[in-house]
Amino acid sequence: MNKIKIILNGIVKENPVFCLLLGMCPTLGTTTSAINGMGMGLCTMFVLICSNLVISLLKNVVPDKVRIPAFIVVIASFVTLLQLCMQAYLPSLYESLGLFIPLIVVNCLILGRAEAFASRNTPLNSIFDGIGMGLGFTLGLTILGLIREMLGSGSVFGYKFIGDADGILVFVLAPGAFIVLGYLIAIVNRLKSK
Amino acid sequence: MAKLESSLKNMLLSLTLISLSASALLAGGYALTKDPIDKAAQDKKDKAIKEVLPQGNISLDKPVEIKLEGFADAFIVYPAREGEKLVGCAIETYDNNGYGGKIKTMVGLDSQGNIINYSILETNETPGLGAKASEWFKTKGDIRGKNPSQESFKVSKDGGEIDAITASTITSRAFIASIKSAYKAFEKYQEQSKQ
Repeated sequence: MNKIKIILNGIVKENPVFCLLLGMCPTLGTTTSAINGMGMGLCTMFVLICSNLVISLLKNVVPDKVRIPAFIVVIASFVTLLQLCMQAYLPSLYESLGLFIPLIVVNCLILGRAEAFASRNTPLNSIFDGIGMGLGFTLGLTILGLIREMLGSGSVFGYKFIGDADGILVFVLAPGAFIVLGYLIAIVNRLKSK
Repeated sequence: MAKLESSLKNMLLSLTLISLSASALLAGGYALTKDPIDKAAQDKKDKAIKEVLPQGNISLDKPVEIKLEGFADAFIVYPAREGEKLVGCAIETYDNNGYGGKIKTMVGLDSQGNIINYSILETNETPGLGAKASEWFKTKGDIRGKNPSQESFKVSKDGGEIDAITASTITSRAFIASIKSAYKAFEKYQEQSKQ
């Protein structure tokens, strides 16, 4: 399979946020600002690439009946490693993402890709799938965070552009996440159907 | 290589090996990051203490733990001296009644108990609402220079003179309560040091 095609597949055709609708919990929960969305996306991408690679390498030595527990152990290890590294070197981002970092373990995007792609393809292709899906996820979360931050706090990546005034509060809160996501999915579907 | 058969022996063996290597990886990761993590937490605390105390040539005494009635955890008082004279204290205080649970704050009081500055250490308040507390009480609802023992040290909704954060009265109340507890800890510390 063509490598570029695998990457593009994750970003455009099967974008995890807008098309597969996988990993909705961090998508809705962490995108209160563009930088948080991007941070979450990159963290997920790191775990996804590592877990895809390892699971693809292990696919022949793990018997079918215990594959899910084996995958979860692999994923959880990488998430814990990531959590330790963030605490040590990026404490401020770790604080703003908070509970959502350990929750990457149960992000169905990661287990989904392990099951649907990595356990059936070569290690190299799995890495590319991780990069593609990770970029797609990061892109989706950044766009969602950017729009919510612009409407809700009146800033872009932390730089305020409306002076001292407040934004439209609802967009920072949970309902705003659903509203923005809904419109984005509608737009993406419209563009795709053309 | 063909896929391994799902026999008991194979399942046991592969899961054990995977778990073992995962544990080894994590143990290594933990050992490598332990020092930087502790350092990052300590740096943050040091920075907060510096921020809330008066500028100038001050030295910190050993922190003192103060227990208050009705609170499970101790409040930590960092007394600051210029020479021999006590110029103020940084107090690590908290309140559990925030909108998202615990709010942990470092607050600096001068020797009279007036607020010098504060810095929020830990919160789970709503972004865009309660999370504004980190700036709000230095700008619109400025509490610096006020004394927490005063009767009017309450949010305006409760008859006090402090403007609560718009649409976040619960957060504001919890934050003010934590400052009041800090003041109580400060009083208790002064009593203890006189003895």
